[in-house]
Amino acid sequence: MISKLAFLVSRRDALLQLLTLALVVAGVGWLIANVADNLDRQNISSGFGFLNERAGFGISQTLVDYNEDDNYRQVLIVGLLNTLLVSVLGIIFASILGFFLGIGRLSRNWLISKIAMVYIEIFRNVPLLLQIMFWYFGVLRNLPSPRQAINFGDLMFLSNRGFALPSVSFTEGAGFYGLALLAIISAAIGLRRRAHILFLATGQMVAFWRPLGLVSVVVLLLAAYLAGVPWQVDIPALRGFNFRGGITVIPEFVALLLALSLYTAAFIAEIVRAGIMSVDQGQREAAAALGLSHNRALSLVVIPQSLRVIIPPLTSQYLNLTKNSSLAVAIAYPDIVSVFAGTALTQVGQAIEIIFITMMVYLILSLLTSWAMNQYNARIALVEKNQ
Amino acid sequence: MKKLVEFFAASAAIVLLTLVPARAAEDTLQVVKQRGYVKCGVSQGLPGFSNPDDKGNWNGIDVDLCRAVAAAVFGTDEKVKFTPLSAKERFTALQSGEVDLLARNTTWSMHRDTALGVDFTGVNYYDGQGFMVRADLGIASTKELDGASLCTNLGTTTELNAADYFRTHNMQYEIVAFEKADEAVSAYNTGRCDAYTTDQSALYAQRLKLTDPKAHIVLPQIISKEPLGPVVRQGDDQWGDIVRWSHNAMLNAEELGVSSSNVETMKTSSNPAVKRLLGLDGSFGANMGISNDWAYHIIRTVGNYAETFERNVGKNTPLGIARGVNALWRDGGLQYAPPIR
Repeated sequence: MISKLAFLVSRRDALLQLLTLALVVAGVGWLIANVADNLDRQNISSGFGFLNERAGFGISQTLVDYNEDDNYRQVLIVGLLNTLLVSVLGIIFASILGFFLGIGRLSRNWLISKIAMVYIEIFRNVPLLLQIMFWYFGVLRNLPSPRQAINFGDLMFLSNRGFALPSVSFTEGAGFYGLALLAIISAAIGLRRRAHILFLATGQMVAFWRPLGLVSVVVLLLAAYLAGVPWQVDIPALRGFNFRGGITVIPEFVALLLALSLYTAAFIAEIVRAGIMSVDQGQREAAAALGLSHNRALSLVVIPQSLRVIIPPLTSQYLNLTKNSSLAVAIAYPDIVSVFAGTALTQVGQAIEIIFITMMVYLILSLLTSWAMNQYNARIALVEKNQ
Repeated sequence: MKKLVEFFAASAAIVLLTLVPARAAEDTLQVVKQRGYVKCGVSQGLPGFSNPDDKGNWNGIDVDLCRAVAAAVFGTDEKVKFTPLSAKERFTALQSGEVDLLARNTTWSMHRDTALGVDFTGVNYYDGQGFMVRADLGIASTKELDGASLCTNLGTTTELNAADYFRTHNMQYEIVAFEKADEAVSAYNTGRCDAYTTDQSALYAQRLKLTDPKAHIVLPQIISKEPLGPVVRQGDDQWGDIVRWSHNAMLNAEELGVSSSNVETMKTSSNPAVKRLLGLDGSFGANMGISNDWAYHIIRTVGNYAETFERNVGKNTPLGIARGVNALWRDGGLQYAPPIR
């Protein structure tokens, strides 16, 4: 009787949920149809056909091949890669800097902890857009024109057009070097594991760097013997207004990366500090009682435990950094908002489609970042449970 | 903050287009009359075209066109409010009904006219894209710009024109596109770019903002046709007519020698063309749904085309632009208005 009732109730619940879902789907469908209808009545083009049209404009930084004859789909990819480049590098730099600042903030050295505090309070409390502008115009103003560029041994040139560096293009035979690199990485992993096993078995620290260096030299020499020099170096040279050849790191990129990293590092520092402070004092005392030095106690006992507290808010900071990179448009860094939701939007005029695609790109990037961080979080949580 | 405003504008546009049920072409004139003023989309500050002074009063050749439309509808040029729009926002603001017309130094191109649901009603300034460079570079022609870095404004026709020009002349270039003109000019000023490129009239205007305007020259060549004109929503022909003929009335007034200073005495003129212009003969205003003395009010309050040109961008203004192609057709220019007949 009761089980039958429960079945009926659950059936009713399922039905209700199904109805709600149907309503939502119908509502969204009506909205989409209405948008299309309205656009049509106002004689505004709609649809995604524009992606295959020729874009026709130039972009100052492209990580993949792009020229004016490519279509808007390629513009989207170029913009996306530029966003990814600045976001990924920003996340790496902000994490490293934020980590040291967070530890520095807790340092027993008065000067270090005060410097960290002042840094955090300044960078956390000034709007990011102003910081981006500050670094952009600050960096630009202090650099010479291309004709007076700072010359690094006729190979690299620093000017207000950016940092011109030699570029390397690979030719046939480069695969041998790829294999060599692979061999060195596997050797590193193997040696590391061997050292760890020996350490657990005997308590002895085994040499790691010296054998690795030896292996690297041998493997690289072998690759050089087999393949020779399978690359060409393109050195930039001043021709006319600008440096040509090589690759140029544009000032917009440097300013944006600097601003994003320094700003986010201040937030990460506070998260790291909170994480470290969350570890019970007894853990530290126990580590000291076992004879671990301050630094080893920090790296073996305190930090691994604090990570559980650090990772979730850290994920939010990574998401913020990625989304904040859209402020690039203010200083002409060609990110996705600038080239796709900017230039492409005004040329095509289809705001709804383009803004929709751009929103989806950010959504997917954020979900991927969250997913990766959650995986990592689950892994460190598991280690804790086994102990 | 800027981003936030832009985001809300874009969201509002999307929400409007999403939620507002499909309806027949609206009657902008009726809406404007009920509201009591014209909403006009202008630039965020371009001297000579649409620029607020230190008291917050807008002036410029585009602003005068907005005032003329207000004068035609309400008999006074004061019943108009200005909405500063970025190049990126302007069409969305017009499409979603945020403004009644755009007078925002906007280039009339086929794509914009046919694919965006908007209509251009005329050309109030014939322009072309040009380049500004430092005088000490010793450059005299755009042909010498091979390999140059170009600062410009994002979301305008300039990026495309520059790409076309440099490619057809087999020259290399680097484009650095800023969302706001102010940042583009500052970047050019600090040496990020060799040239600042946009419509030539705007180059003269922006040059005034530089620390040392004399150290920069505007190259004489233009690389594109940029007919700038007012824009209205497609499908409301009556409103389009009012905007089109407000501009034409100013041109006809110049041609007939009617100006703000002599418009009262001209009322007694025996010239039938003047009589038709001032609404003493015919029912031209009534045909557009406004009063017959619509053009009289435009000339009385705003003046004829020559007056607005000379007042805002002409020889005696800081911009110092000659009439050139913007002279009347009979003086060898391109400004030609159909007759009021």
